[in-house]
This record gives sequence, structure tokens and C-alpha cells, in this order.
Amino acid sequence: MVDAKKARETREPVVGENVVRVDGAAKVTGGARYVDDIPPMPGELHGATVRSRVPRGILRAIAFDPSFDWSDVTVVTAKDVPDNVVQLIVDDQPVLAAERINHMYEPVVLLACSDKAKLARAYAAVTLDIEPLPAVFDMEESLAAETVIWGEANVQNRYLITKGAADTDESEAAIDVAIAACEVVVRGSYSTHHQEQLYIEPNGMIAWWDEAGAHATGSLQCPFYVHKAFKRCFHLEPEQIHITQAVTGGGFGGKEEYPSLIALHAALLAKKSGRPVRIIYDRVEDIEATTKRHPSRSWIESGCDRDGTLRALKMRVMMDAGAYVTLSPVVLSRGVLHAGGCYRWADVRIEGIGVATNTPPNGAFRGFGAPQTIWAIERHLDAVARQLGLDAGELKVRNMLVEGDTTSTSQTLRGSVGGTECVERAFEASDYLARRRAGPSVLGRKARGLGCAVFMHGGGFTGSGERMLKGKVAVDLLAGGRLEIRSGSTDIGQGTETVFAQIAADAAGIPFEHVSVAVPSTTHVPDSGPTVASRTVMVVGAIVERAAKELAARVEASRRPGETFAAAGDRLLAKEGPQSALVQYEPPAWVNWDDKKYKGDAYPVYAWMCDVAEVEVDLDTFEVKVLNFWSAADVGKAIHPLMCKGQLEGGSLQAIGWALSEEVVWKAGAIVNPRMTNYIIPTALDAPPFETFLVEAPYEHGPSGGAKGIGELPMDGGAPAVAAAVEHATGLIINHLPLTPERLFAAWLNSEAAQ
Amino acid sequence: MKVAFKVNGVQRHVDMAPLARLLDALRGPLGLAGAKEGCGEGECGTCAVLLDGVPVNSCLVPIGQCDGREVVSVEGLGAIGHLSPLQACMAEHGGAQCGICTPGMLIAAEALLRRNSDPTAHDVRTAIAGNLCRCTGYERIVQSILHAAYELRSSDKGAAE
Ligand code: FES
Ligand code: FES
Repeated sequence: MVDAKKARETREPVVGENVVRVDGAAKVTGGARYVDDIPPMPGELHGATVRSRVPRGILRAIAFDPSFDWSDVTVVTAKDVPDNVVQLIVDDQPVLAAERINHMYEPVVLLACSDKAKLARAYAAVTLDIEPLPAVFDMEESLAAETVIWGEANVQNRYLITKGAADTDESEAAIDVAIAACEVVVRGSYSTHHQEQLYIEPNGMIAWWDEAGAHATGSLQCPFYVHKAFKRCFHLEPEQIHITQAVTGGGFGGKEEYPSLIALHAALLAKKSGRPVRIIYDRVEDIEATTKRHPSRSWIESGCDRDGTLRALKMRVMMDAGAYVTLSPVVLSRGVLHAGGCYRWADVRIEGIGVATNTPPNGAFRGFGAPQTIWAIERHLDAVARQLGLDAGELKVRNMLVEGDTTSTSQTLRGSVGGTECVERAFEASDYLARRRAGPSVLGRKARGLGCAVFMHGGGFTGSGERMLKGKVAVDLLAGGRLEIRSGSTDIGQGTETVFAQIAADAAGIPFEHVSVAVPSTTHVPDSGPTVASRTVMVVGAIVERAAKELAARVEASRRPGETFAAAGDRLLAKEGPQSALVQYEPPAWVNWDDKKYKGDAYPVYAWMCDVAEVEVDLDTFEVKVLNFWSAADVGKAIHPLMCKGQLEGGSLQAIGWALSEEVVWKAGAIVNPRMTNYIIPTALDAPPFETFLVEAPYEHGPSGGAKGIGELPMDGGAPAVAAAVEHATGLIINHLPLTPERLFAAWLNSEAAQ
Repeated sequence: MKVAFKVNGVQRHVDMAPLARLLDALRGPLGLAGAKEGCGEGECGTCAVLLDGVPVNSCLVPIGQCDGREVVSVEGLGAIGHLSPLQACMAEHGGAQCGICTPGMLIAAEALLRRNSDPTAHDVRTAIAGNLCRCTGYERIVQSILHAAYELRSSDKGAAE
């Protein structure tokens, strides 16, 4: 007789294995249903949004062409919105503009009609009468506050981090003294530009009402954000709101907060018309109206010893929030927390300022403020190395944080610090040190060079965030010894469903195929917290593991000798009814964060990465091609190594695109290039081959033997690595993104002129 | 306009304005939602199908030009339980993350493998250069297609021996 327990124990573990992703077959056959693939519901209408097309002004009137037949067109304006606020952090963004217009693409009127062609004509039959007001598009102009466009003086948020000497004196005096005392002082300014997420599936939502309340389904990352927005706007009870994720074609942060607005719009139209309403943005509308990465400017002054030992850092970071607050305070916070890079500084003063401009609100985008500040600090370290006559890679290695060191927020790193190994692996694979020493290779008009970036990214919510959030997960016992995971975490391509099933299967000791993941619908799943912040595997995965273990232990406790897990489970269900384990996340007890002083354990742990880029610069056209990209990342534990590498490579390519070709071009508040034709993301021919290594320095509280969050990590390093490589190849120093041929050419002219 | 054409091996008919897009015919009356609309202007390749064996962006093809011709969409490559080697490799080797670009990628790759059974990585990159993917960095897509080419060659060899 087969001992059931033995059989379970000898079952092949799936953690660390490249199982076929659970949604793989549906996705390769065209069977996966994204929001616009859902067949129309009976009576369904198409919805459209009329936008301000003025960057700032006062809405005087809305005119509806009287010669147009409006009989079968549903019209919604601010008057129809029960509580005209998009619920998020600050109540400053209306669902529909009522009076004030604060950016070019502010939604003002919603229209719905069953006939798409007529809807387009109705759209053209609406005229907005807006009295223009002076608008502000530049961060520094906003800070000067000559024209006030937000609050009292345009400043939405400020943060201050101090350490060492700066602790005693919050003004700049103490840090200035500390820097002045250093042997070498280096100053620089750095900036980054907007970036569009450009998920290939545009935003879209379907909403309807029935006796159960309001329903919305669509492309989204955070069903409970939409749920909260509905609760506020429609004053509904939680159980009257039903938000369900459809298969989602990429998000990268772009479907974190924005879907709330589209869902509200669809639901407003649905409410007024009494019919289901579908709003699918086309690409132009998606690029124009939805959120983007915050542009930033950073000023750095640092002091170090002549041998390259870093001492003191003074940094000021400014971010452009756009017209409304949305998630900007959190983005700025993450930016300042990562601003010191992965380096040891004794004295630190980092100041962050978020200001408003009359551009569409910037929002969540993979990396969430960190790519901006890591761009600045990595470029700055390159500048320090230049001044000292050291190789930047060596300077970085010499100053990298190791276990026991303290970060800029005075957090002591307690382990799972795999940075050094990452650097070793990436340097070795690329032969970085020898090739840097050998200098650039110039063949005719083509110059090749190598550059590196080293960085760490915190996993999970900042500081006390997870403690306040209380993310939850439920695991149910199903017939036949199967488990179903219910969680609000969404799979937007990163492989959440698969990885959760792997975690639960090994935790419970059952076959991978016996675990399923419920569709995230607010009616059926607990709020696990949003699918953001590199927290899904590390934080939510950890409670999936606990819940699966707890449930399996219950089955195990009732198991009779010789009985299979399935039989024991079925008997338990028959005897005691539904079995499920609901587990709430508790951060490690030692996580200690002071929100006022911005000091302490900013994150329980950091994932690490080292990128080495090799570029070829055409000295005639100044086009940059990334020839090779090596990276090594400390992921704690790779639950699915193949998908893990896929995340790292995809993120790196987004960073390379941001560095080289992606540029949102603005003209008086309007986006000049809202198309895939002229907003250029890398193609397969632009992308380098990626060689990616996984390093595992386990995090003791991570699931499945120590996994850490890595979703955002790869976005941080691509741009500085490419810029360092361009500098190595050409000597051109670019501190302001993007590195377009025009910019490089201008820098070359300057350097020629200087010679 | 009445259009009669073969879709995934089956004779089908639609009645649409001649300038209506093939993409809308597929996703609408033909009930095949595999091809997606990522841009609607020929830039992203998510709407790609084979038209008489040649990959085209169906958002740019007027239905009026399809009469008497043969269209293959992702649904025509294989189905759940009967995945083609190319589809299986795409699922197994990390070629699909969010999956929205996958139908178009598969069509571009299918067209490549039909004319070149032993492509280099560069051949693969060239073949899918009109298909944008924002998730993968392309590395795993290229590897998936190379794996499929290898498997197809091995099975052909097996069949010939
Ligand atoms: S939708 Fe046809 S190419 Fe983008
Ligand atoms: S897998 Fe998401 S766009 Fe390619």
C-alpha cells in the first residue's frame, strides 16, 4: 500500500521549477478574454469622453448642437455625478470637470450610444466654452508660484531625510559643513522626462447596474481601488459594488489608479442610460489622457575622500505631479527613499518637493520615483569617478552597502544583501573591468563602450504601509483535495497566478495542478492590497503560503492512516462544511519606521541588481544601439526562474527605451506625439540580447524559501547603465534624459566647441 | 458588400461595407477575438493574421479585398489541448507574459517558420520587428521561436527517416 503521506512528500516540488504558466494555453490560442474581447451584453452602449482641450481655464458652458438628434444618446456631465471626487489620497480630482479646467485632457462630458458612428457624430456636436487662464507647464515655474494653479503655492508635498551631521540641523548648514570638510566635492544636476507605460492593451472598462448594485469589469491592476472610488462617488455600500478584473494586457502602473476614472465614467453612463456601457480607449486617447512617469530634476552635491570613500550627500529632488495629486506623494516618497542609491553615506540630507503643473496627472509607473533618483545618483557617481580618475564600477563596488551598514534613512541592513554577488556575476559575464580599462573601441564611425549601474529596490509598501494596509488572502479547500486561492492581487502578465499556485502547492504538499486561483472580483476575494510596489510575490505570496499551510495542516490533522490527502479533505468538507483559511499580513516585528522624521526601516528588505550595457554609437548620426545587456539580480529566491528573468528583461528594456527613444513631446500642454508611430518603444531589432543571472540571498520572511519583490527593480538601472556606456564610447556626458541623437549631437557640438 | 473567404480553413461569409476593416470582421461577425487592436494604424502588429500565407496587419486591410482569399488567425494555429509546437513553445519558454501581443507574434513567427525552418536569432528578430511587446524585452519570445524551429526540424527529420 502506498503511504499517502510519503506520496505527498515525494511529490516533486514546483518552487524553483519553470512550470508552464497557468494562463499560457489561453494566451497562445487567442482564447484569453481581455476586456474588449468580452461579447457585448444585451443593449450595451459604447461610451466616449469629451475633453477640455484647454490646459487651464474656467468652464463657462457646454453647448449641444440643437440640430443633432440626441434622442438615443446618453449625456452625462458633472451635474450627474453624485459625489464628484476620484477617491485616492487627496480629494482634488473631479470625476468630470464642473468649473475648473486644469489640464488639456480633463474629462468634461460623457456620451453613450449603441451606434459607434453616431457616437462619433455626437462627440463632434458638443462644444465647450472655456475661458482660458494662464497655465504652468514647468516645475521650476510652478515652484516660483507666480501663477498659482494648485493649493496655496503649487507645492503638493515635501519630504526631508537626514542622517549623521544633518540630523542636528534641518537647514542646509550642517550638511554644507560636512561636505566642505571632504577632500573632494562634486556637484551636478540631473533630470528625467515623462514616460508612457504603453501597455499594448489600451485601457478599457464595461459597467452596468442591476439589483445587486454597480458592476465594472475591465483592464486593471487594483480592483479595490475601483471599489473605493465607487463607494465614494455613488455613496454605495461595499456589498453593492462588484469590480472584476478581465485578463489584462499589461499595466506597469498605468492601470493602477487610472482605471477607477474610466470605470466611474462607464458606470455614470450606465446608470443614466439603464444599459451596460463599454468604454475602450483608442491609443491616442490612452496616451493623451492617462498617467505617465513623473518628470524629475535633481541637484546633488557630495563629498568623498581622495581614495573614493563616499562621505556626505546633499540632494534635492523635484517631481512634476501634473494637475492633481493622485499618487504623487507616494511616488515622491519612493523617489527620496531610493535617492542615496545603494551606497554608504555618513551624512545625508535629501529633500523632495512635488509640484503641480497643468499637464495630465502623472502616476504610477514601474519603479515609482526610484528610476528618477537612481538615474541621478548613478550619473553622479559616474561624475565622482571621473573626477577621481577611478573607474565608476570600482567606485561603486567600494561604496556599496553590505550587511550591517546603514542606509540613508539610517536603516541597518539585516541580511539578504546580495549586491556584491550581483556585481561579480555581471562584471564577470561582461568582462567589465578589463574592457573598461581597455577603453572604447572605435571602428570607423562606430564607437563602442561599456557602462554599469548598481542599485537596490525596496520590496513591499514603505515603512508602516503594510502594517496599515493589512493585506489579506483566503485559501479554500475544494473537493478532491484541491485548493483555491482567493486574492485581490491581479495577474497583469507578470505571472502572479502561476507563482501563487507554485507557492501554495509546495506549502500544502499537493500537486501544482491541484491549485487554482480565483478571478479577482471584489465580491469574492479579500482585499490583498493593490498589485503594486513589488509586493505581490513577497508580501501577498507570503500569506498565500501561510494560508495554504494552515489549511493543509487542518486536513492533515483529520487524516486517517493510509488515507489520501484528497479523501481526508473530502471527509473534512462533508463533516464540517466549507473549509478556508483567511490570513492577514503582518510585517516582521522589527520593522520600525518613523513617518515624521522619515527614518528607520523604509522597507523590510531590498532586491539588488547590477546591469552592464554595451552600446555602439554611430558618430555620424549619434544613434545609440545597445548591443548587449548583462544583468544579475538578487531576487531572494526564484520561484519561477524563467518568469523571473522575463520580468527583469522586460523591465530593463523599458528602461532602455526610456533612455534612448521614448519621449513625450509637449506643446502648450498638449501631447504632440500620442501615437505608436511617434512615441517610439523598442522593437525586437532595437532590443539587445539579454543575459540575465539570478542570485539568491534569501529573505527570511519571503515565501518559498525567501523570495523578494522584483517587479520594479529592473526599471532602475537601464538608463544610467546606457548613459555610462555612451560616455565610455564617446566621452559625451549626458545627465538629462533622454539620450536622443539630437541631444548627443548637441553635447558633441559643445564638447567640440570646448576643445 | 458580401465577402466570401476562407477563415482558418473554413468557408465564411460576411456582409460589410467594403472599407470595413478585416480586423472588425474577425472580431465582430466572425467571432474570432484572437487578433487584437493595439493601435489601429499598422504600428503594433497585435492584429496580425496571415492573408494567403503572408502576415498582414488586419487593421489596415479592407474587407473588400478579402473576397476569395484565405485568412489564418491565431485561432487557426491550434487550440487548447492541440497546441501547435510553436504555440506550445511560446507558452513554455516565457514568450507570453500579458499575452496581448502573443497572437500577432505567433502569426509573424508562423510565417517565418513556413519559409525558413532554421532561422537565426537575427532572422527571428527581423520577422517580429513589426510586433511590439512591452512585457518581455523580446528575449524569451526569440528563444521560444527558436525552440519551436528546432522542434519542428527534429520532428520533420524524424518523419523523413
Ligand atoms: S492594431 Fe493593427 S497594427 Fe496595431
Ligand atoms: S507579453 Fe505583454 S505585450 Fe508582449
